[in-house]
Amino acid sequence: MADENKPRVRVPKTAKKGEIFEVKTSVTHPMENGSRKDKDGNVVPRNIINKLVVKYNGKDVFGGDFGTAVSANPFLSFHLKAEESGKIDLTWTDESGAVFTTTETITVEG
Amino acid sequence: MPMSRGVLCALAGFVLAVFSCPGPVVAGESGVASPSPVDAAPHIDAALAAPRIDAALAPYIVGAKRSGYVYALPETRAMQDDEIMNPGFAWVERGRGLWTEVEGANGKSCASCHGPVESMAGKAVSYPKWKASMNRPVTVERQINFCRVAAMKAEPWEHESPQLLAMTTLIKQQSRGLPMSMADDGPMREWIDRGKALYFARRGQLDMSCKHCHDDHPGEKLRAETLSQAHVNGFPTYRLGWQGLGSLHRRLETCYEQMRAETYPLGSDEYVALEIFLTDRGRGLPIETPSVRR
Ligand code: HEC
Ligand code: HEC
Repeated sequence: MADENKPRVRVPKTAKKGEIFEVKTSVTHPMENGSRKDKDGNVVPRNIINKLVVKYNGKDVFGGDFGTAVSANPFLSFHLKAEESGKIDLTWTDESGAVFTTTETITVEG
Repeated sequence: MPMSRGVLCALAGFVLAVFSCPGPVVAGESGVASPSPVDAAPHIDAALAAPRIDAALAPYIVGAKRSGYVYALPETRAMQDDEIMNPGFAWVERGRGLWTEVEGANGKSCASCHGPVESMAGKAVSYPKWKASMNRPVTVERQINFCRVAAMKAEPWEHESPQLLAMTTLIKQQSRGLPMSMADDGPMREWIDRGKALYFARRGQLDMSCKHCHDDHPGEKLRAETLSQAHVNGFPTYRLGWQGLGSLHRRLETCYEQMRAETYPLGSDEYVALEIFLTDRGRGLPIETPSVRR
């Protein structure tokens, strides 16, 4: 189960130049808030996803910092403008330093 | 002892906090007599009466049977319907990873014998299923572990382990949208009756049965939750309250806890019997796995 925290992403396969398209993404992550105890009574250290960076052909186009109020298994959607065919990279980082990335491709027509 | 709705409301109001209890008191409903739990409760959920049901809900309503989907908030339904928003699909994907993972002394994966997981399409609709060689019914979970032990010579997965949840979700998802149609003849009959007896049995400190919430009050509030008819077509289900995915047996455990009653072990014959009764009772409702519930 190595892919435990693999983000799931949906980007349209194609878009027209100038079109605004939606990107949906979610990642499975426990979002430990630091106040939960395990069954032996030990506090589970805080570990939440604190960052998302989105690049479109290497250029930063969207991002965010997250805090304790975010639920487990967060879902996010945002809009981008179709400029050119290429890659959309999403990188989530959590407080333990783990990095989860995905790359999607989009073909821009016209 | 027959329990009136008034008593239940007073009791629930006192011990469990908020039941909304409108309308007249319905006196003298016996906890064990109802022949058909769903059809026998015509007074239920006036709040969801015909004119307010929109077309999108039609697939989730079969006669008087309403999936938990119908009682869910529109936001929760939208989450279930979208594969990215629905966190349950993360378990589907993990299941796909496990499907091709070689394990056990025989050096096989599920795919070695079954090919692509799509070969499981439509299989889950007939579960739980009578298995003559074991002289008992098997749930999807038990069938998976049967294959692991007998066919792969691998360790069985524990109930509620991430692996068993993922594989069960993957296999049931291959039947998403298809009506539940478990066999109800032969030895299954006995198990249906056994589950039915459990369903109507008063239990725990509150002296309640499943019926007192799920047949008598669907559509009404219990604390922040809207009670449903207790159908099983969405399991394993992603519960926002759990912040995770859980099996039907875990749900049953939660309900017994709410009744302040002793629970049974996950995978026990009691939960299997309840699962079989509830599957029969919800016959025809479409499999929704992975569903999303509050
Ligand atoms: C060595 C071959 C073999 C392997 C490996 C194997 N199975 Fe099976 N499986 C079978 C056979 C044969 C049957 C049908 C007869 C039976 O139930 O024993 C079956 C039946 C099933 C069924 C029931 C299908 C139905 O028609 O009701 C499911 C579900 C299933 N397997 C899941 C799995 C999963 C999940 C794995 C991997 C963890 C797996 N199997 C690995 C041979 C295998
Ligand atoms: C005190 C009230 C209460 C009792 C009694 C009770 N439950 Fe529940 N049950 C709930 C609540 C609250 C939920 C979550 C909301 C809903 O779906 O009804 C729930 C959910 C369920 C669900 C999931 C429905 C879905 O669509 O996800 C099933 C199945 C279920 N219960 C079965 C049972 C069974 C079987 C019993 C008896 C052993 C039982 N319940 C007794 C309160 C109760």
